[in-house]
Amino acid sequence: MSLDMFIQHLFNALTLGSLYGLIAIGYTMVYGILRLINFAHGDIFMLGAYFVFFGVTLTKLPWGIAVILAVALSALCGIVIDRIAYRPLRDAPRISALISAIGVSFFIENLGLVVFTGLPKPVYRPDWLVEIITLGNIRILPLALIVPAIAFALVMGLLWIVYKTKPGLAMRSISKDIETTRLMGVSVDKIIALTFGLGSALAAASGIMWALRYPQIHPFMGVFPGFKAFIAAVLGGIGSIQGAMIGGMLLGLIEIMAVAFFPALSGYRDAFAFILLIVILLMKPTGLMGEKLEEKV
Amino acid sequence: MLKIEDLHVYYGGIHALKGLSLEVTDGQIVTLIGANGAGKSSTLRSIAGLVKNRKGKILFEGQNILGKTPEALVGMGIAMCPEGRRILPHLTVMENLMLGAYIRNDRDGISKDLDWVFELFPRLKERTWQKGGTLSGGEQQMLALGRALMSRPKLLMLDEPSLGLAPLLVKEVFEIIRTINAEGKTVLLVEQNAYAALKVAHYAYVLEVGEIVLQGTGEALIENPKVREAYLGG
Repeated sequence: MSLDMFIQHLFNALTLGSLYGLIAIGYTMVYGILRLINFAHGDIFMLGAYFVFFGVTLTKLPWGIAVILAVALSALCGIVIDRIAYRPLRDAPRISALISAIGVSFFIENLGLVVFTGLPKPVYRPDWLVEIITLGNIRILPLALIVPAIAFALVMGLLWIVYKTKPGLAMRSISKDIETTRLMGVSVDKIIALTFGLGSALAAASGIMWALRYPQIHPFMGVFPGFKAFIAAVLGGIGSIQGAMIGGMLLGLIEIMAVAFFPALSGYRDAFAFILLIVILLMKPTGLMGEKLEEKV
Repeated sequence: MLKIEDLHVYYGGIHALKGLSLEVTDGQIVTLIGANGAGKSSTLRSIAGLVKNRKGKILFEGQNILGKTPEALVGMGIAMCPEGRRILPHLTVMENLMLGAYIRNDRDGISKDLDWVFELFPRLKERTWQKGGTLSGGEQQMLALGRALMSRPKLLMLDEPSLGLAPLLVKEVFEIIRTINAEGKTVLLVEQNAYAALKVAHYAYVLEVGEIVLQGTGEALIENPKVREAYLGG
């Protein structure tokens, strides 16, 4: 493989990795606070893409505005899901919320099937994002540069919220000790809502960019990226935001490079991620950046 | 300041508090002593709003606060320093203290109280940027106390502040409780170190299996033969 080809693959990997990483952050944040795997998270990714689609086709909004509204609306969906499906189960055994999450996921996907129909929809893409540019011998889409840049900016913004603001402090505190955090005067439910909102906004951003990269959307488009991102979160160490992003990047790299170097294996592309999951769970269940799981005293 | 009337608490099928009544007068240190499982912690946790299944009356400054959330109670001026310190080990000393001031927005007031906390606990000031989990047991207790003070409470509730500390540190903790009280904070103290608690308290209650069996001033209870036999080792 030539160097130029390799660099092209590298950009593809970076794009895919960023998209996985953005979804993975939502999984990892919710898990860090509630010890809940929010299976509906992949569906928020799908909703984000559909919201832009309807924003552009139905209400004829300018694309940029549609994107911003879609992200906000998806954040709201995440908050509503928590309010309806998870909050009433806060004191219930953890498995109840998990089953509720699976239920919500099926509900959204099938509601999507009814409302959006199962027919894949073509997505509008602004020309400046998809006109191939050539740098020397490398031919890439502007998307391949913009997606990682936006992902990076979003993650920096998120880290700023988590590490430099008061609600972020409360989030980090809740993840270790909910009761003590309440004793400090923090309304835990509000902080949890904020967590769902932020995670969902990032998932929607990922879904919207995914739809630009692979410009057909359908109600089940979130299922596989959702699984993959979950694997990325486990790989990075569930509970760690930086870990989720690194896990996403690694997974993107592995998938793209495996297919690039061994084209014969391209049919097994999705299998790599799951094999990786099994290997991590066997070898290092806490992931790359994960803390040791300690029993609460 | 605080008045509890006929408080009942149930955990599952267990009747943990059976019609408890007590009063905390403004400006005093009031202590609750008793054996393990007598209901001391349950009492504090009910006042702090952490216990759901309860009935009776808890009056704080004349207002019934039964059923209020812990976060609302912090806003009203009730702070609790929980049993086992419960500092956040992954946050820095500064972050722990700022969490204590979470409900406040008065920058000047917060920095003034921060100075006061550092004056009370100079060792915390040296460790501002250290993770809470790296502190020694005594320092963690100081941090828990400082954190509770950062909400500028009217009533400070302390659940077993001397638990697991070396004798010298126990003495220090009680001296600090006295100092905090002298600076105008009302303190409700739960302790199994009965002697030290009675020494420092203006008024004391003895709890046995969910009921108050004795009460009086700290000095009077130290002299009481029943208390001496049961809690002070004869």
